[in-house]
Amino acid sequence: MLESINPISSCKKYGVSPWQCPQFLFLVIGIIIIFAIGVTYFLAILRIGDPAVVSLLVLGVGAFLLTINFIITNSFERMAEASKLKSEFIHIVSHQLRAPLTNIKFSLDFLVSTKMNQTKEQQEEYFDILRENAIRMGDLIDNLLTVAKIEGGAFPLSKIDVSLEGIAQKLIQKFKPFATASNIKLQFFSADHSLRVLTDSLWIEQVMENFLDNAIKYTKGGGEVTVKVYQKRGKVFYEVKDNGVGIPKEGQNFIFEKFFRSDNIFKKQTIGTGLGLHIAKRIIEKMGGEIGFSSKENKGSTFWFSLPLN
Amino acid sequence: MKKILLIEDEGALQKSLGDTFREDGFEVLGALDGEIGERLAESEKPDLIILDLTLPKKDGFEVFQSLKDNKKTADIPVVVLTNLERIEHVEKVLEMGAKTYLVKSNYTLKEILEKIKQILASPSL
Repeated sequence: MLESINPISSCKKYGVSPWQCPQFLFLVIGIIIIFAIGVTYFLAILRIGDPAVVSLLVLGVGAFLLTINFIITNSFERMAEASKLKSEFIHIVSHQLRAPLTNIKFSLDFLVSTKMNQTKEQQEEYFDILRENAIRMGDLIDNLLTVAKIEGGAFPLSKIDVSLEGIAQKLIQKFKPFATASNIKLQFFSADHSLRVLTDSLWIEQVMENFLDNAIKYTKGGGEVTVKVYQKRGKVFYEVKDNGVGIPKEGQNFIFEKFFRSDNIFKKQTIGTGLGLHIAKRIIEKMGGEIGFSSKENKGSTFWFSLPLN
Repeated sequence: MKKILLIEDEGALQKSLGDTFREDGFEVLGALDGEIGERLAESEKPDLIILDLTLPKKDGFEVFQSLKDNKKTADIPVVVLTNLERIEHVEKVLEMGAKTYLVKSNYTLKEILEKIKQILASPSL
């Protein structure tokens, strides 16, 4: 009971600052109104000063109250907006989970249908589909948990001295077979072998892997992917360039958003979770770095981030 | 042999749906995006089109509209097979003239096959 009328604790619950929290603002406005009425009353009753001054004062108080009212309305709007985004998010997530689920369901349907004489190879193909889609659902859930962690603020970074070049080379080795199979020439350039940054090695590796994975995935039918690590203006840059499908202009503003904006969900790219780059941006920002890209449809994309040199 | 055009961007669904229809004696054409789908509809004249609504490049609503606007494809019956199930989506495509609206996760392959056969057998075609 006491909890529900304590504005500070309910503001904490919503995760907004007191000046954006309706409960707290209502308390403030209540106190001010009582105070303002009291003052006006005393001024009137004692007839101190010019009546014009009194009315000017009341006008000032009125303007102040109006401003606070405006802020309150605004914060309500913001909350409504947040709740709307949440339900949209749930809608998109369920859709994203349903796609692989349907693939699994229909593949099982086909495998258990007795009417058809299936060869071993044919069955094998369906088992591959089952495996892929189970992984796809698992990836989506992992990413959702990461996003929830970042948004909840419970996202500790353990910074150590790392070499981006070292991680890049490790990733190149990992992706070589994948790239070769897709007919992609994978290249690595590093100008200075002594470049080091102070960062969380696990998370930075995830971002670097995401860039490389995207570059290879979206370079259809062969091409070139180039990874570079270099120094510029006291910062270390990691850059992945491809000559793949690129990002259409109208999609470029949304590239770091969670999934896509609502009017874009029909034209979603079905492969991938739609969260990788969003997570990358949040991680790099938390590390005090910068992230960006340039892209042209059908020409290719270049994604980069930079971190301060250690 | 009846010819079916499947406009669907999920390779896995192209396979499971395609195999099911093929085993039942249909000829199946696959299109992984809306633009290819439109082209195949015009050149191949399928007996029926199964259309997904979430597609890269051009979404299912746009594809449906261009199919209706094109004299060569306007009369081909279209069945919408998707995972979108908001009431406004259902109403919109039914208004546009879809034969039926099937939510993927509510049906088995066999049920989908039966529905399509029913539509192809109906006297209005």
